[in-house]
Amino acid sequence: MTTTTSPAGTTATEPPVTEPPAPFLERFRVPGAFLIGAVLLLGIAPLALSDFRLNLLAKYLCYAVVAVGVSLAWGRGGLLVLGQGVFFGLGGYAMAMHLKLADAAVTGQTLPDFMQLYGAGDALPWWWKPFASPAFALAMTVLLPMAVAAVLGFFVFRRRVKGAYFAILSQALAAAFAVWLVGQQATTGGTNGLTDIQGFFGYDLDDPVNQRMVYFVVAAVLLLLMAAARQLFVSRYGELLVAVRDSEERVRFLGYNPANVKLVAYVVAAGMAGLAGALFVPAVGIISPALTGIVPSIGFVIGAAVGGRASLLGAVLGAVAVAWTQSTLSDAYPAAWTYLQGLLFVVAVGFLPGGLASLVTVLRRKRRTTDDPVTGGAA
Amino acid sequence: MSGEGLTVRGLRVTFDGFTAVDGVDLDIRPGDLRFLIGPNGAGKTTLVDAVTGLVKASGSVRFGGEELLGRPVHRIARLGIGRTFQTATVFEELTVLQNLDIAAGAGRGPLTMLRRRKGVPEEVTRALETTGLTALRDRPAGVLAHGQKQWLEIGMLLVKDVRLLLLDEPVAGMSHDEREATGRLLRRISEDRTVVVIEHDMDFMRSFARSVSVLHAGKVLSEGSVTEVQADARVQEVYLGRASEPEPEPGPAAVPVAEEA
Repeated sequence: MTTTTSPAGTTATEPPVTEPPAPFLERFRVPGAFLIGAVLLLGIAPLALSDFRLNLLAKYLCYAVVAVGVSLAWGRGGLLVLGQGVFFGLGGYAMAMHLKLADAAVTGQTLPDFMQLYGAGDALPWWWKPFASPAFALAMTVLLPMAVAAVLGFFVFRRRVKGAYFAILSQALAAAFAVWLVGQQATTGGTNGLTDIQGFFGYDLDDPVNQRMVYFVVAAVLLLLMAAARQLFVSRYGELLVAVRDSEERVRFLGYNPANVKLVAYVVAAGMAGLAGALFVPAVGIISPALTGIVPSIGFVIGAAVGGRASLLGAVLGAVAVAWTQSTLSDAYPAAWTYLQGLLFVVAVGFLPGGLASLVTVLRRKRRTTDDPVTGGAA
Repeated sequence: MSGEGLTVRGLRVTFDGFTAVDGVDLDIRPGDLRFLIGPNGAGKTTLVDAVTGLVKASGSVRFGGEELLGRPVHRIARLGIGRTFQTATVFEELTVLQNLDIAAGAGRGPLTMLRRRKGVPEEVTRALETTGLTALRDRPAGVLAHGQKQWLEIGMLLVKDVRLLLLDEPVAGMSHDEREATGRLLRRISEDRTVVVIEHDMDFMRSFARSVSVLHAGKVLSEGSVTEVQADARVQEVYLGRASEPEPEPGPAAVPVAEEA
């Protein structure tokens, strides 16, 4: 059924091909979906949900921000990033350190409350000091994870570590990071993490109005990052990233260095995870090793896997849905969730690699193949 | 830089004590359409691997005055050297146009990379025409017929304005018509480039080769025009096991050998 053209000089008679203008609906599909998302998140959700539910949604949206990066690195770039907890944690701690220092300053203290308890001495550790500056702390929430990812990625991708090895390596990093945090109780709060955060750049987080404001910030950041990721997906870089995922060796023979292509996706995804962690802190009021280790790291990719890692919207909706299911189910059956989480991951990766976003396409293709076995496969 | 072609001197590739390429010398002029033939394990693919930087080698490989050995793969590719593989490797999930656009783009700046492609670059349009894939440009490469994938691969070298093309069994698995079309395509693109083809199909070699090198056990056994090589008693011995055999009849592939690993 494919028309066989040959490279013999028969093409002279063909009319020159110009880019066909996209059909009306097609052209407005993406901005339209974006607009609907904005209205839902910024208009309807704040009106329809109670303070408590809206705050929960803010937390889920933080996971969705991580999923945007996962969708880029894993969905498009094929990098199974099983250690996003590290970057989420770096962003979260950078933000929480600043907020703890600001809280302490309000009450006239020089040390955050936990340091006075665990006896870090009278002086603030040197690496805490710059975080007193809000601008520095904010910049670090994104730059620190990106820098760590850049250094790690530089060595890992240049050594051509890929596939399962890359996944295991990033997971080990998440484990090591969590262990380190626990071990540094005097300066990081240890297992407890940095808790009991009162204020957010001068706003009292106990006030429901300010909690709503935090929700709006999270939702706006999510929409912005989705727009940015979408631009990356459709750019030439996005096409190249898919090419690297599908045949890295071939890309190398075209004169590109695939290590750099992957590095960009990895670093951008890390920055997004860091920003998510930073937003998580005012939304939930805590950052702790339990939120950065192996289990949350796997959790970050499960949402994207279930929703559809290659589809931006699929990954975001999947992340929100899985987080919502988790908090609903783990209240009733705390033990069951861990098993269900593992099951979801295996099922999604093994049987529906495109996630729920691909369900329609898969079913349609299946019906077509059974209806017409001759043409079904090729088209 | 086009004046010198490909010059290989004393090329040697060793894998764990096994010498796959054992002191090969080659001179391939610009504009040549050189066929590398030889029995399985003769070192043909390894030779191409060494030239393109995929395996480590000793000796010297110069192209356009530049030494290639010791450079990483993507640097060699940027010098204008492109290759294809025995199994066509195109990016199956991308369209024909996207495949060619990526191939054309090594060396684009970051700003261009971050923007969406607007229109079709001129070199891509030309490659689409040369390879006859214009009508298929918006199809995913994964649905192309086998021959079309090979042409797309060749097109992906043309958009880069590659000066030297190294093609590994480009007509394997092709129909008769596809072979003919591929041969004519190679003839046309070799007019202003250097083309090296590894091939097992003797018919195809006889029809289109401008010159031939026969490799055997990692060494160059014979070199020259198709007629000269066919008349060479050593070549006949390698291929047919006897020195007394007359020149092979032009007919279906005289040497039924399987793909070389």
